[in-house]
Amino acid sequence: MEFVEQIVSHYNQWITIFLMVAGLYIVVARGNMVKKLVGLSLFQTSVYLLYLSPGKILGGTAPILEEGFEVYSNPLPHVLMLTAIVVGLATLAVGLALVVRINEAYGTIEEDEIFADGEDGK
Amino acid sequence: MVLLTLMAAVTIGIVRARNLFAVVVLSGIYSFLMASVMIVLDAVDVAMTEASVGAGMSMVLMLGVLYLTKVEEAVPSHTPWLPLFVAVGTAAVLLYGTVGLPPFGAAENIVHAHVAPRYLEQSIAETTVPNVVTSVLASYRGFDTLGETVVIFTAGFAVLLLLRGRRRSRPSDDA
Amino acid sequence: MKFDLILRIASKLLLPFILLFALYVQFHGDYGPGGGFQAGVIGAAMVILYAIIFGLEAAKRAVPPIVVETMIALGALLFAGVGVTSMLLGGEFLNYSVLAHEPAHGQHLGILLVELGVLITVAGTMVTFFYTFAGRGR
Repeated sequence: MEFVEQIVSHYNQWITIFLMVAGLYIVVARGNMVKKLVGLSLFQTSVYLLYLSPGKILGGTAPILEEGFEVYSNPLPHVLMLTAIVVGLATLAVGLALVVRINEAYGTIEEDEIFADGEDGK
Repeated sequence: MVLLTLMAAVTIGIVRARNLFAVVVLSGIYSFLMASVMIVLDAVDVAMTEASVGAGMSMVLMLGVLYLTKVEEAVPSHTPWLPLFVAVGTAAVLLYGTVGLPPFGAAENIVHAHVAPRYLEQSIAETTVPNVVTSVLASYRGFDTLGETVVIFTAGFAVLLLLRGRRRSRPSDDA
Repeated sequence: MKFDLILRIASKLLLPFILLFALYVQFHGDYGPGGGFQAGVIGAAMVILYAIIFGLEAAKRAVPPIVVETMIALGALLFAGVGVTSMLLGGEFLNYSVLAHEPAHGQHLGILLVELGVLITVAGTMVTFFYTFAGRGR
């Protein structure tokens, strides 16, 4: 019984950790740059989840003040993540722009092929 | 909880898929699932942003980049054991860390004790804005948002600088 | 570029409503979910839809790149300008209470202006991203 409670109360965090680690794995293990950027955004999205899950209060409602509601979820993580999402898109766009330029310079977006290209003494 | 499990499944798909088009579409699905989870967590503003930004804009951008580059991912040349080991190790440490965390959704958790109640109580009186997220975003934490606007501004011009000049093709593949 | 007639007409019908929804999200952001970030992205999505259906050149004629690039700077400037104005009126930087006679109304006005600045910057940046990535292809 205690084990079930443990699972229910930490399930969000475990999924968060899984997403984070999956993003980390993609970034480290894959050589393709677009895939790496997808991995980075996976990692980033897991951080949204990490921030938002503690802000929730069971039985609460969204933090828009209205007559008749007493319990609201914590608005602070929402604000932080709202800005984080848009900044995430901005950095993703800069990364993608770099990928496009790398593709134009080397003709490939695979890390291994770029390194091989460099060793040829170009 | 079902949504979270679905998200984990989509993530496995993203890790395994080798066709980048599939990866981008899967990440769009992932973003929509994330937005649904955010609604369940009462973060309606954030869910709206994630649905429009994560599923909309970033998919458009990635598809644009895929059009400019290649769609297939190459087979990796080295075995993935070392990264896998790093990933599993990190996961183990983090999992150990979750054991001491407070339970999900309890109102007496320590995060709800400090700044948030003041925002919730004073927002109407001080700013006449009932949506606390907006009032915190624009007023109480205006500096954050200003800095963040400047980041977007910088990113916009960085992309312009990187991509707008005339395209110089490689001498080898002039066609 | 020849596209399906239905697609063109349907998207043409949709465009004003998308813009209307963006403005609703922007100005109703005080009372419901929404705000400058979301509205900016939705507004940019309208331009992108137009560019996808009618071609990049038509979109660039309707919304010239120079306007969009000015918008990026203008939004950030408006945001910082509100801060400086409140300083000139005797408050701290970004303390909107001094913008109107009553502090609460000043705060409301300040929030509206700041969100407008965010809207302009975000919309401009998103459209710029699309223009540059799409314009690179040819």
